Amino acid sequence: MHQTKVKVAEDALDANTTIATANRADFDRAGVAVVNLMSAPGAGKTMLLERVLAERGDLRVGVLEGDVQGSIDADRLSALHVPVVQINTDSGFGGECHLDANMVRSALADLKLADLDLLVVENVGNLVCPAEFRIGEDAKVMICSVTEGEDKPLKYPLMFRSCELVVINKTDLLPHLDFDVELLVANIDRVNPEATVLQLSARSGEGVERFREWLFGVADRAGVAPGPVAGA
Amino acid sequence: MHELSISSAIVETVIRHARGRRVNTVHLQVGTLRQVVPESLDFYFGVASRETICEGAELDVKLVGALMRCKRCGREWDPAPEPLHSGDPEAALPRFRCPGCEAAGAEVLAGNDLLIDSIDVETLPVAAGNGGSNGRDPRDALRGR
Repeated sequence: MHQTKVKVAEDALDANTTIATANRADFDRAGVAVVNLMSAPGAGKTMLLERVLAERGDLRVGVLEGDVQGSIDADRLSALHVPVVQINTDSGFGGECHLDANMVRSALADLKLADLDLLVVENVGNLVCPAEFRIGEDAKVMICSVTEGEDKPLKYPLMFRSCELVVINKTDLLPHLDFDVELLVANIDRVNPEATVLQLSARSGEGVERFREWLFGVADRAGVAPGPVAGA
Repeated sequence: MHELSISSAIVETVIRHARGRRVNTVHLQVGTLRQVVPESLDFYFGVASRETICEGAELDVKLVGALMRCKRCGREWDPAPEPLHSGDPEAALPRFRCPGCEAAGAEVLAGNDLLIDSIDVETLPVAAGNGGSNGRDPRDALRGR
């Protein structure tokens, strides 16, 4: 039994990173900024998007909707007359629990990137795997809600550390809960002191305007001005 | 639970490098910031490698400790929690803000690794085949465009 050592020296997620970089180049060419929106199931991603996209002025926004199964969320957002493409991940190994760069790439054919200023990717509800897989986004944001427990940043630091903005949702429930928002904010600061933290209630609408400003502000980060690339 | 996603990525990468030769050992460096549980990774690697040339291979995981450096004062520290039984509950909590100057901006010097360092393979290839992968490097999609 003869054995040979093969030097690999490759990050296990290199294949994903390569595709994410290609996505990034396509987004830049089309002048689209991309936000990767993540949270645990039920934290309120879709409802917050409904709220925010209901008033979008002349900003051209599209949504990629990631779910293991079904198109319930995509149907809700389509009602707002934004282009929505559904990605179902259940063809993966037992149903992939996250979107990776290749899944996003395969969905791009169904979206006219050139007609968009901002693309919001609503990831599969999960606080673990989505943090690992880049998709070519400009910004990662997560939502945690006050029904989830103050200790979540300590339990899922990878997710909290990967995001530049952390939204604390469902603040309208605070009077009914034994929940310490200050402790949650302190725990976010422990694992990601550079994160911006916004408190809001998608249900009551309180604080939503600040999130809308942040989200629509990301559109200004698009790589190049819309239109064909000179010399291309 | 991300150990399954990571294991699948490891198996695909290893198959690409093994070129049809049976894999005996995969030498992996994992940073403590990746929150990978070695036992769980071991289990899922066994699942993800079934019916591939990686089946039965040993996963040799070397844990790499975390190290941060403050961009303001240059202090270096380990942000990962001490073992919970140290007696001091504060010490068991992670700390990514600089313990010296309290600044927020810091770079990760070590601990983010998820590196397949090397693999030990049989010198002779097994019967012709694609190694049991789905036959595709996901990046092939890029080349065809």
